[in-house]
Amino acid sequence: MHELAITESLVAAVAERLPDQRISCVRLEIGALSGVVADSVRFCFDLVTEGTSLEGARLEIDEPAAVCHCRVCGTDFEPDWPIVLCPCGSADATVVAGQDLRITSVQVA
Amino acid sequence: MCGTCGCAAGPVLTLLTPGERSHHDHDHEHHDHEHHDHDAPAAGRTVVLQQKVLAKNDEIAVANRRWLADRGILAVNLMSSPGSGKTTLLERTARELAGELPVAVIEGDQETALDAERIQAAGSRVVQINTGTGCHLDAAMVAHALRDLEPPPRSIVVIENVGNLVCPALFDLGEAARVVLASVTEGADKPRKYPHMFRHADLVLLNKTDLLPYVEFDPQRYADELRQVSPGALLLELSATTGDGVLPWYDWLRAGALAHA
Repeated sequence: MHELAITESLVAAVAERLPDQRISCVRLEIGALSGVVADSVRFCFDLVTEGTSLEGARLEIDEPAAVCHCRVCGTDFEPDWPIVLCPCGSADATVVAGQDLRITSVQVA
Repeated sequence: MCGTCGCAAGPVLTLLTPGERSHHDHDHEHHDHEHHDHDAPAAGRTVVLQQKVLAKNDEIAVANRRWLADRGILAVNLMSSPGSGKTTLLERTARELAGELPVAVIEGDQETALDAERIQAAGSRVVQINTGTGCHLDAAMVAHALRDLEPPPRSIVVIENVGNLVCPALFDLGEAARVVLASVTEGADKPRKYPHMFRHADLVLLNKTDLLPYVEFDPQRYADELRQVSPGALLLELSATTGDGVLPWYDWLRAGALAHA
């Protein structure tokens, strides 16, 4: 359940960037390949924000899909996770989207 | 609760050196967060952050990597499920490389110093991190452990992560390489079941090959499953108990140590 530590990290990061500010909304990006379960972060969020400047804040999570780029044919494709295989048959591909775990913005109360 | 390491009471570090009694430490320096002055945004304003949630961990990992590089030390993040043989492999490795390449170990477990005692008995310096409720090691814990461990220049540090195929995959510790230890008793489908763990592995060690006659495990199927998830990972088969197949593992360590020295 690393989502507890992840949620604590996000609360600490917001508090550090905006000290002494009450926060009414936090927007996150949790990519499909980030290894983090959005529902688990939602579950932890109220627990972790209790007594902090984020207490009571709304949590909005954007979950972008995975996109890979094939080094052989040059096209972008959505992988059939966990197998990264281009429709052209090549496994030589890099993940170009869907890996991020990011605080995109916050709204100040 | 610690916002950096995610533990309830904070990790406890215990240093064990060969032939010495242990020293306990509960270093929580990483709780001192720097505060910067910012203009206070007006109420209702949206502040764009675009900040990685694990930015703090990643910063410390970068510092760890630099600290290790400055000393010519190869650091390996060894991950597996519980009971796949990490400590047994490290005991044998420490004994058989002794005199040639010093191997120091950072042990991660929720509780006890049992693994550290085994590594100490094998003749290596070792720091035990007890994460309490934490399910993985993070870069801050490793930073403190490295200072306590004081590994010699041009040596190898193996970070034995908490036994878990899920959570440790997300946390960069500052290692040079990621090694996943699997065993034939776990089943051949694990790479596809735990893709985040296997996808970034540089090396996968398949352990307990001495048990192959007694379990239903197809090494070829395992290799195929691994290729699908992690086409670039090197796969080596060995038995940490009997020593069969360990020489290529030592060669891999030697090559890595040479490249980082």
